[in-house]
Amino acid sequence: MNDKVIASETFDSQLRRTLVALLDTMIPANEEFNAPSAGIDDIVNDVIQSMSHDAPLIVGEMLARLNEQSSARFEELDEAARWDLFSELQRTEGHALRTLSGVLLQCYYRNDQVLESLGMEARSPFPLGNAVEQGDWSLLDPVRTREPFYREV
Amino acid sequence: MNKQEERVDVVIIGSGASGAAAAWSLAETRMKILCLEQGEWTKPHEYPSTTRDWEARHSTEFSISPNRRARETDYPINELNSPIAVANFNGVGGGTILYNAHFPRFHPSDFRVRTLDGVADDWPIDYETLEPYYDENDRMMGVSGLAGDPAYPPKLELMKPVPLGKTGQTLGRGFNELGWHWWPSDAAIATEPYDGRAECINLSACTSGCAQGAKASTDITYWPHAIRAGVELRTRARVSRILVDENDMATGVVYFDEDGVERFQPAEVVMLACNGVGTPRVLLNSTSNRFPDGLANRNGLVGRNLMFHPYASIQGIFDRPLDGPHGPGVCIWSQEFYETDLSRGYVRGFTYEINRGRGPVSTAYTGVFSGRIPWGEDHHQHYRRMVQRMTGMVAICEDLPEETNTVTIDDELVDSDGIPCPKIDYTLSENSRKMLDFSVNRATEILKTAGAYDILTESPIAGGGWHLMGTARMGTDPERSVVNEWGRSHDIKNLFVVDGSLFVTSAGVNPTRTIGALALYVADSMKKRLATLFD
Repeated sequence: MNDKVIASETFDSQLRRTLVALLDTMIPANEEFNAPSAGIDDIVNDVIQSMSHDAPLIVGEMLARLNEQSSARFEELDEAARWDLFSELQRTEGHALRTLSGVLLQCYYRNDQVLESLGMEARSPFPLGNAVEQGDWSLLDPVRTREPFYREV
Repeated sequence: MNKQEERVDVVIIGSGASGAAAAWSLAETRMKILCLEQGEWTKPHEYPSTTRDWEARHSTEFSISPNRRARETDYPINELNSPIAVANFNGVGGGTILYNAHFPRFHPSDFRVRTLDGVADDWPIDYETLEPYYDENDRMMGVSGLAGDPAYPPKLELMKPVPLGKTGQTLGRGFNELGWHWWPSDAAIATEPYDGRAECINLSACTSGCAQGAKASTDITYWPHAIRAGVELRTRARVSRILVDENDMATGVVYFDEDGVERFQPAEVVMLACNGVGTPRVLLNSTSNRFPDGLANRNGLVGRNLMFHPYASIQGIFDRPLDGPHGPGVCIWSQEFYETDLSRGYVRGFTYEINRGRGPVSTAYTGVFSGRIPWGEDHHQHYRRMVQRMTGMVAICEDLPEETNTVTIDDELVDSDGIPCPKIDYTLSENSRKMLDFSVNRATEILKTAGAYDILTESPIAGGGWHLMGTARMGTDPERSVVNEWGRSHDIKNLFVVDGSLFVTSAGVNPTRTIGALALYVADSMKKRLATLFD
């Protein structure tokens, strides 16, 4: 079974709701910057599809434990309670949270909406490339006047 | 045991910076030359910069770490006993596929370390000997740069330098304020159309392969010329060992083809071009009754004196936008602290290599995992303080040779063909630690002078074993070197080494330009001695 199938099967609809709520807690939407939440469908789908090797299992188990830590499921809690639980998660689930964080950052910061909110073009570098100014070459003038300083042998 | 191939005059193992240069140079002799490469041709349209997720692919399928990349064409390396992990690429072009193309030469003083500073050994050749081969290699690779750098003797200028951009100007002003040296870096990057290659369009992704073809990887520089001149390049051919006869002459090499079939390739001359880890691996795996400790290893020096170049990374966060990742990675360099000054607390020196910035994903990783970008409501605001606003430098420190830093053969690890794999044992010297610390402190000073308000450092860079040198060193004394002053094994008179293994010392600069020049020098030395090559 390949990684994508494993990830899809791990995150059933219930666990997916928990994941959405957790991602939204980690990176919520921001109106000022027009930045989307990490819990939007495109990003959540990308996160699930991008987990490889044992990441789905590690993250899935962490989400299950998260739901066991309070009287209600994580996604049913209010914002403040979610934040409290997430803060606890940061203390207790270092490896699992780091695994999820790595995938989340990769997926969030390649999302079209996110890049547009940053004023970046949502495209591959090739074939258009990028513009970089030549710069002011007169800045080198003080260095040009310096005597050679490599050691003669 | 093996299927036998038609005999060739020269078999070269490895198609990277050195194998390509040597093959091209030897082609004019009209000898039958074959290069065996364990990897494949890379396809530029598959490089990460052609896709949206270029940053993610840079750290997986195009990772510089063979252990992480783990392609079938890679071999694993046991590096548990080393603070620095090996970086390489196995395919046509070798490490030049993923290198940054930062292309400094050695200095005259780098060949005279014992004489000038009383440490390590002098090289058996000097800068003047290598200079025409530097020039020839520059022409073949295509080098951009600016003449007049006071840190160097005059050298060839082929193409205009890479752009300064906001990054180079910002850091340049910082260096100027301190009165310290800086100069646009020499780069093996075409800044204008060159030898059929297109000019750089600032893709931001030099270290995961150049889709534009502006970066000089040897698959697009030397190899088209060498193949046109008659050299055969055979891919998916992984050499396991070199065989010798009762006269201590190499008879050829055993290799595995793509289907895992073991074959024997007879040859009059065997040339190793697998760099500082691959070359000792082949030699140490080539055991026999006559050479129980491996080939060319009667003095026990094969695999010893491994040098990496310990790197420090010093990055600053500025309060204004810079170039982000755009541009070639190469920008400017400083050699203010290159030559020995004992008042600094160490011997020898280093180069600052100023790079550009980071991509959006890399910025997020750096910010979150260093604790500078929080989760939650404040995430966006803190991220925006870093994105496009980071730049800095690496310090590439001269690593002195020590016999206790080694490449040996691991007891258990094997590649997909069952060939035993290398094990690295490496300890950072006290001299290197002091040099790294000094470089971090001075770089912090530069960045703050240039306007940075926050500094991030990593020293040494754990994954920064880009440069693999010294494990089959050259010299005139058979007791203290593996090959002679023109690359021929002291023990096996038709066995040659042309790669970074030859280095006697590492200098404080990237080695690829010198590797190419050395390969041309060894090839030329062979051509001049064809009638007496084995005497």
